[in-house]
Amino acid sequence: MTQPRSLFTGPLLATAARDAVAKLNPAVLIRNPVMFVTAIVATLSTVLWIGGLAGGTGNPVFEGQLVFWLWLTVLFGNFAEAIAEGRGKAQAASLRATKADLTAKRLAVLDGDWQQVPAHELAVGDLVLVDSGDLIPADGEVVAGVASVNEAAITGESAPVIREGGGDRSAVTAGTRVIADRITVRVTAGAGQGFLDRMIALVEGASRQKTPNEIALTILLAGLTLIFLTAVGTLPAFATYAGGSIAVPVLVALFVTLIPTTISGLLSAIGIAGMDRLVRFNVLAKSGRAVEAAGDIDTLLLDKTGTITVGDRQATAFGPLPGIADHELIAAARLASLADETPEGRSIVVLADSLLPGGEGMPAGAEPIAFTSQTRVSGVQIGDRALVKGATDAILRRLPDAAGADALRRAAEDIARTGGTPLAVADGTRLLGVVHLKDIVKAGIRERFGELRRVGIRTVMITGDNPLTAASIAAESGVDDFLAEATPEDKLDLIRREQAGGKLVAMCGDGTNDAPALAQSNVGVAMNTGTQAAREAGNMVDLDSDPTKLIEIVGLGKQMLMTRGALTTFSIANDVAKYFAVLPAIFVALYPGLGALNLMRLGSPESAILSAIIFNAIIIPLLVPLALRGVNYRAGDAGTLLARNLAVYGLGGLVAPFVGIKLIDMAVTTLNLA
Amino acid sequence: MTLAGWTLIGLFLAMIIALARPAGAVLFRLYDDRPLHGEALLHRLLGSDRAEQGWLAYAAAVVAFNLAGIALLFAILKLQGVLPLNPQGLPAVDSWLAFNTAVSFVTNTNWQNYGGETTLSHFSQMAGLTVQNFLSAATGIAVAFAFIRALARSGVATLGNFWVDVSRIALWLLLPVCIVLTLAYVAMGVPQTLAGSVTATTLEGAEQTIAVGPVASQLAIKMLGTNGGGFFNVNSAHPLENPSALSNLLQMLTIFVGGAGLTLTFGRAVGNLRQGWTILAAMLVLFVAGVTLLYWAEAAGNPLLGLATNMEGKEVRFGIAATALFAAVTTAASCGAVIGMHDSFMPLGGLVTLFNMQLSEVIVGGVGAGFYGILIYAILAVFIAGLMVGRTPEYVGKKIEAREMTLAVIAIAILPLMILGLTAIASVTAAGLAGPLAAGPHGFTEILYAYSSAVANNGSAFGGLSGNTPFYNATLALGMFVGRFGVILPALAIAGGLAAKRRQPVGPGSFPTTGALWIGLLTAIILIVGGLTFLPALALGPIADQAQIAAGMTL
Repeated sequence: MTQPRSLFTGPLLATAARDAVAKLNPAVLIRNPVMFVTAIVATLSTVLWIGGLAGGTGNPVFEGQLVFWLWLTVLFGNFAEAIAEGRGKAQAASLRATKADLTAKRLAVLDGDWQQVPAHELAVGDLVLVDSGDLIPADGEVVAGVASVNEAAITGESAPVIREGGGDRSAVTAGTRVIADRITVRVTAGAGQGFLDRMIALVEGASRQKTPNEIALTILLAGLTLIFLTAVGTLPAFATYAGGSIAVPVLVALFVTLIPTTISGLLSAIGIAGMDRLVRFNVLAKSGRAVEAAGDIDTLLLDKTGTITVGDRQATAFGPLPGIADHELIAAARLASLADETPEGRSIVVLADSLLPGGEGMPAGAEPIAFTSQTRVSGVQIGDRALVKGATDAILRRLPDAAGADALRRAAEDIARTGGTPLAVADGTRLLGVVHLKDIVKAGIRERFGELRRVGIRTVMITGDNPLTAASIAAESGVDDFLAEATPEDKLDLIRREQAGGKLVAMCGDGTNDAPALAQSNVGVAMNTGTQAAREAGNMVDLDSDPTKLIEIVGLGKQMLMTRGALTTFSIANDVAKYFAVLPAIFVALYPGLGALNLMRLGSPESAILSAIIFNAIIIPLLVPLALRGVNYRAGDAGTLLARNLAVYGLGGLVAPFVGIKLIDMAVTTLNLA
Repeated sequence: MTLAGWTLIGLFLAMIIALARPAGAVLFRLYDDRPLHGEALLHRLLGSDRAEQGWLAYAAAVVAFNLAGIALLFAILKLQGVLPLNPQGLPAVDSWLAFNTAVSFVTNTNWQNYGGETTLSHFSQMAGLTVQNFLSAATGIAVAFAFIRALARSGVATLGNFWVDVSRIALWLLLPVCIVLTLAYVAMGVPQTLAGSVTATTLEGAEQTIAVGPVASQLAIKMLGTNGGGFFNVNSAHPLENPSALSNLLQMLTIFVGGAGLTLTFGRAVGNLRQGWTILAAMLVLFVAGVTLLYWAEAAGNPLLGLATNMEGKEVRFGIAATALFAAVTTAASCGAVIGMHDSFMPLGGLVTLFNMQLSEVIVGGVGAGFYGILIYAILAVFIAGLMVGRTPEYVGKKIEAREMTLAVIAIAILPLMILGLTAIASVTAAGLAGPLAAGPHGFTEILYAYSSAVANNGSAFGGLSGNTPFYNATLALGMFVGRFGVILPALAIAGGLAAKRRQPVGPGSFPTTGALWIGLLTAIILIVGGLTFLPALALGPIADQAQIAAGMTL
């Protein structure tokens, strides 16, 4: 899924061409009012043309060509949509193949006997056993066991991931394969409701609903059509006044060239392609609305770890309090970290072992003290002796009256000021000192934040660190603001506060405790490695579980909106040239002096009209690659973006049809088509 | 074109720019919630409900107030024969004409299918027309206030109170300013009397009856309220309605000052004056383009006649430049007062006056109406181009979404629908064809002008059209009514929705709605969406007309 795919391949084009004809079905066409109107007037012209042929009136060769190009305009619009959909359909087919033959080992009770059933018979709450080599039959949560799972079917990433019960890595997805060990999974999504089903629907565009901006744009385009209907519909009366008449096919040609067929033909292709770009970027948006919202984001909440800093912090030094021996602190910190499987904990053990070799394993009878978001300390309980480490304020809250609190605070502040993270260590009621953990800010992240600032997005770093550490990392990384010692509730509060100020907020998260904030944020990107709760709460899922992607997602959202705006502007700007092509051609018979309006010096009235309608039709397929690829998005403030896009698509839209229609006219005249 | 001519145009622009800010500040004082002296007393006496209104209640008040105005004015015109202050003993006005006139004055159009001094009594002029001149102007400004509130407020469901707004504007602003202006006009030589006429002995010794009346008071509000309905049939071309170059300048300034000021009231209200200056700048860019073309066309003269300039239909007292400027001002601002006959302009000059109106009177525009009119275009422009910066379009922090688009499109489509639709009917029916005096494209222009003027609520007459027929009285009244309320209602509905939206903070990622780029964009959208629609009709009217002159053809 990550491999680049060519925009146009032979079979894809053939399918799209077939679909373009199938989409002439009025029930389908009516979703696009402008194209629907075009089809109606094309039908009308066809009937009149056939009538003219039978009656021997009119100019059948010329009018026949107009009818032909009118239908081609509609078909080109359908084709654009079909080709955008076609790319997703190929992908959906391969996903469906995965899904088709899933079977499950359903358990009657936990650890009981299993029975083989087809996956679609599973219900929410069923328990299934998945052995090494089995495909996971349904979305669910691991309730027992640990397994290494290959999720390549979903993510395209072949490196296996660990899935285990109880933590933040408990979610499993149907269609992925367990490659080692066995797990018991509780089914959380019924047949047809799973992640895979949703993904198939998404890439196929089947469940695609118009996004709010798309609806507003459709209304505008329908309104413009109505205005042009007035302008063209009143012309016969005006011509009658002038003592002449205008042939219906000519009026139809003027009308169709004026109404915004270009953007209308490409509108849904842009939306489908936008979602598709996201999918190929390994992010699943649950709705187009979410993609659009991504472009509007004002505030980005970024987790420090993994986004702003490289992976994990490493212990670099021990700082004992006055009166405490080095080795006492080192030994205590090591013991307190032995049960800690986090990279930080492991780095403390590694550093301790290098400074004080010969450390022993966990003493008999020792009980690990697990980290919770309430206590925010971890360590080990040996008898009635508790060795703990944690954020300075957490330790001091635990031991408010301990001696050396001030010294500890000072030592912690010294570390924090340099950008490090102090970790306080206590033995029972005694404060021993601090461990210096260091963060390494990612290369290039400062420039990324600079870019975001230019497009008007404020970045907020979320960290569990104390304010001083956070401030130092914030300064180093160039992030706009930070939330230190953040609890999930703080995060939720921050989002609510920003939203109360009218801002749109994006964040990413993986844990169950992130779920409320993910749900509250306007764009919540859940990590695929995260819990089912987080994946349900977010409106996007990042299959690569890379929190940095949030920045790219915003870019993709903006690109989709920009593409729509650029092509709308282009389409409307085109009208100027079309007026100057068609109007003199129509009116020159009434008032010869109006030939002066024929700025392009087009060959004859017929060739002018024909050239305008040909240009109007072929511009649609010519712009399909742009609609599917999206316009170039480079970060910049709104003024710069506007100036650039206006120059390209506004001025370009004014000039291009003058040139295009003139060239077509030369060809039409040379070929004696009119 | 002369240096003196350009100096006049430049001086006028400079004075408008200088006046805009103080005018905006005065209007802001009325826009603001702070109570005015005597306001509480007035509303206690009237027993009016001063509670804030949602958009529907506000719109209902606007419509009820204006319908009552139409009924009242119709009654006065029908009863003028028995009402006082009728020194010439004029009879009741014909019903079709009375209906047309009532709609005309209530909609701030002031299309005049009657000759003022020969049809209407002093009472009809003063208690009928002049009152509606005040009230229609106040209605326009009130709707503009409601629209400004919608943009300035955040997350509020109400737009103010129409009764408070309209009484503030009429009684605390228009009335006192008009008293001062009336005195100024009197000082310049404009009559203000209840006598019907004076008799003069000419140099040849003949007796001449010169109609007079309460001219100065009607003149003051006709300009300030962009009404345009003159006391005399020839409007401000009449020496007693416009005695001097000074009175002419004062008239032009008072036409523009309200509309220009409102843009800065808006800027002040949204906390960024530049937003207001930008709107004003966009208006003036279009205005200068129009006045330049108009001045050039008139100064170039008619090649068929071999004259250096086109003086036909112009007062020699004012000349080419002042007449061109006045014509541009009065058609841009939906006023409709004239000092020259637009019918006699060169076709391209006439085209400018037509086009000014067809752009839905957003170039400064009718007082109030021009402001909400151009903001509807701003919403459209923001939507079309705003997506290009990669965000949901927003204007001064308000997101523009499907509801705004629907209503903006309705407000914008109403104009071409009515103007072109009614012109089409008139140009193929016998009743319609009986109207124009000229044949060929010029005759077509006369019809097109009448409906453009009516629907855009301008009220200026091209001349050359016999409009006082049941057909024209009825269709023009229909055009005026739909052209007025077909924009006010969607505008208020948009305002209701926008007021309820939260204002987004404006940052570097927000679409820039100040500065040259935005001015260019807004004017381009106005020209392409608002203007191009009329190109076919203009091609068959003034452009064909001009082409025939260029080719040496006459009809």
